[in-house]
Amino acid sequence: MSVTTVERASADEPPETEPSYLTAENTISSWLLTRDHKRIALLFFASITFFFFVGGMAATLMRLNLATPEGLLQPSVYNRMFTMHGIIMVWFFLIPSIPTTFGNFFIPLMIGARDLAFPRVNLGSWYVFNLSGLVVLYSLVMGGADTGWTFYTPLSTSFANGYVFAAAMAVFINGFSSIMTSLNFVVTIHRLRAPGMTWMRLPLFVWGIYSVSVVMLTATPVLTMDTFLLAVERFVGTGLFDPAHGGDVLLWQHMFWFYSHPAVYIMILPAMGVISEIIPCYARRPIFGYAGMVIALMAIAILSFFVWAHHMFVAGISIYSAVFFSLMTFFVAVPSAIKVFNWTVSLHKGSISFDAPMLYALGFVLLFTVGGVTGLMLATLPVDVDVHGTYFVIAHFHYIMVGATVSAYFAALHYWWPKITGRYYPEGWARFSAILTYVGFNFTFFPQFILGYLGMARRSYTYPADWQSWNLLSSAGASILAVAYALPLLYLGWSLIWGRKAGPNPWRATGLEWAIASPPPEHNFERTPTVTLEPYSYDPEHGSFVTQEGRSHAR
Amino acid sequence: MYRWIPFWPDTAAVNAIAVNNIYIAELALSSLITLTVAFMLLTFSIRYRRGSTASRANLVQKTWHFEVGWTTATLGLFLILFVYGASMYIWLYNPPPADEEIYVVGKRWMWKAEHPGGQREIDALHVPIDKTIRLVLASEDVIHSFFVPAFRIKHDVVPGALETIWFKANKTGTFRLACTQFCGLQHATMAGEVVVMSGPDYARWLGDQGVRESFAEQGSELFRAHGCSGCHSENSTVHAPLLDGVYGTFVHMQDGSVRFADEAYLRDCIVNPRSFTVAGYPPVMPDYAGQLGEDELLKVIAYIKSIGSKRETGR
Repeated sequence: MSVTTVERASADEPPETEPSYLTAENTISSWLLTRDHKRIALLFFASITFFFFVGGMAATLMRLNLATPEGLLQPSVYNRMFTMHGIIMVWFFLIPSIPTTFGNFFIPLMIGARDLAFPRVNLGSWYVFNLSGLVVLYSLVMGGADTGWTFYTPLSTSFANGYVFAAAMAVFINGFSSIMTSLNFVVTIHRLRAPGMTWMRLPLFVWGIYSVSVVMLTATPVLTMDTFLLAVERFVGTGLFDPAHGGDVLLWQHMFWFYSHPAVYIMILPAMGVISEIIPCYARRPIFGYAGMVIALMAIAILSFFVWAHHMFVAGISIYSAVFFSLMTFFVAVPSAIKVFNWTVSLHKGSISFDAPMLYALGFVLLFTVGGVTGLMLATLPVDVDVHGTYFVIAHFHYIMVGATVSAYFAALHYWWPKITGRYYPEGWARFSAILTYVGFNFTFFPQFILGYLGMARRSYTYPADWQSWNLLSSAGASILAVAYALPLLYLGWSLIWGRKAGPNPWRATGLEWAIASPPPEHNFERTPTVTLEPYSYDPEHGSFVTQEGRSHAR
Repeated sequence: MYRWIPFWPDTAAVNAIAVNNIYIAELALSSLITLTVAFMLLTFSIRYRRGSTASRANLVQKTWHFEVGWTTATLGLFLILFVYGASMYIWLYNPPPADEEIYVVGKRWMWKAEHPGGQREIDALHVPIDKTIRLVLASEDVIHSFFVPAFRIKHDVVPGALETIWFKANKTGTFRLACTQFCGLQHATMAGEVVVMSGPDYARWLGDQGVRESFAEQGSELFRAHGCSGCHSENSTVHAPLLDGVYGTFVHMQDGSVRFADEAYLRDCIVNPRSFTVAGYPPVMPDYAGQLGEDELLKVIAYIKSIGSKRETGR
């Protein structure tokens, strides 16, 4: 990290008044006890990167096992692998991914604040997250849970013999980290905006984080209650989910999905925010329909609370409530469709360059569209009855959560890399990874749509032999995807030392975060900026742009 | 019929044909939407790549009429899909009067089927073609899900409840039966086959099973052995409701509610009688939870149903 200090004298940078946040202090305790949102973002980045590869390892084993019907793993090991893959990827990577790293790093910078509202709570959130991480690793190392990430009762309460209690406790603790982080964002965005940064001048990434924070703040306490009740039921046998004691097994599903469906939107809303930053920047034109985008984000956030029972269309709920939840699911798809149209039309009359973040973003739009239209099919009741619980559903939600969200995560990582580290990433390699991700992803997950419609049940360690070719294709695709996800680790690591130095605004973008040095000084802004303009004032006709502070830049 | 579509699963029931139609319609629509987005992305990306000479003047400033336009269009389209889907679901999940009822019990990790004639089979289900078959589904342990891909039917099998589902096969042959709800270690192998036979073949198959007692007769024995007949009979001194003909009627409960007496209701009354006291009767029935296994419960229920139908038909 110390290398970045030496070469900061480049001519077009503003005069240095303060050391960068990376070099201000160098002791270990200056990192572990830091209250700087930028350092905490990097701490989170380290934690979730670790869990991304742990969860990825489990996925690799699963795809290896499914390459042949005979398999490679013991059934009990396979069952634990997909359970831990789900738990780790959902709660230890996807949900915290964009908010805790890029949200943490850039929300204060984008609204012109010195830090988040509660820096100590922010640091505390990281410690709570790591505590829950230790518990989930304990569960994994001891042998793992064997219930699926959804912990369906009564399997999870009376029958499973893995480390279900530990896994549920990990999720329980993890929820507090979500709540702490989202509370911090809500207060920060409400209270700490720079003068002139009105609500309708907020960059869409800030709106994305704001909407997701509201969802997290309202939904996560329910998850906390759920996992607590589950743990108590498993430990003491309260009978809440046990029909033999007057309980109801479907009660768990209602309570679980009341959190976990909004959780799907927790994973996608920040990704939508990221893409809305990147597309205007590389298309050099304002986003199409800014207000529409904001309304769509908030509409998704609110409607996401009224669709949970669409996971239960075949579970034995009343026909009429199934019809209601199907209708609500179609409603929530409308704002998502609006966003896709707006991103697409935002290319019209642009001056588009295809740098790595843009390639990831375009991949996002396409994969999100496929995930979206298959979501419509699942919202349609009879089709859901047919494909529920099959690989069709697996393929659908991986298009959204991996194809879209993880692509957006990598897009954000490349887009903001020069700001975070002060170095350019190697463009050629990055473009190669972006394309490889897209190819590998489709090879992995598209065959799963077909497998699902043919009737292959999810969470199966084996399958009839006539489905092997599709499974083999999917496993082959997964190996490409694994390379595409591991590559950035190598070349981004390389760029930390040998990468070309980046100026304050390498992509000629309009946000406040680009007005300060790269990497940012410890206290962000020398003077609190004043905002005079809406975001994305790019002019493709003349190649010029105006920052949110009102500074014009010619071609 | 659907053979021309590559990678198409077997279609062997009237239910499946209906689902195929909506699936094909949505597949076409989804492809259209995806291709439109892809086409627009590609055209804009090429035409407006950096350095191209295309004019960038007169950028669209007012966007709201576009937004209102495509919001209305998608909303309208989605509502059509919703109505199409919802009406079909109501048809799919409301069993019509059945030609035959078969009881299916899910148990880790096997499917047990019990025919009304008393024939039993494991991991297999023999049914006649062109008959409306109604399945009553029960679970002995965890949640399973009964899935026949070729019929496009699926229903979770939930412990503590009885679920029903129906189909009408229109093609003879052997089709896969699977469990699609993770139910523990051997979930992947909890599978079987559904054999659709012609009417005469099916009758022959039923006859070949060497069964002495029908399902309801077995229930009748349990009804006596567990002392149910001590109270629920005409010459009993205990004030208990008579069960003849109760199946398929509306029952007034002590708390003022009205329940439809289907299989699920009868099961609730046996297992948890205090919560389901019939109006005008004292809550004196002991609960039978834990005393009767799922298939014994089904037998008793089948017996209660049979005494109803006996009276109606006067036999």
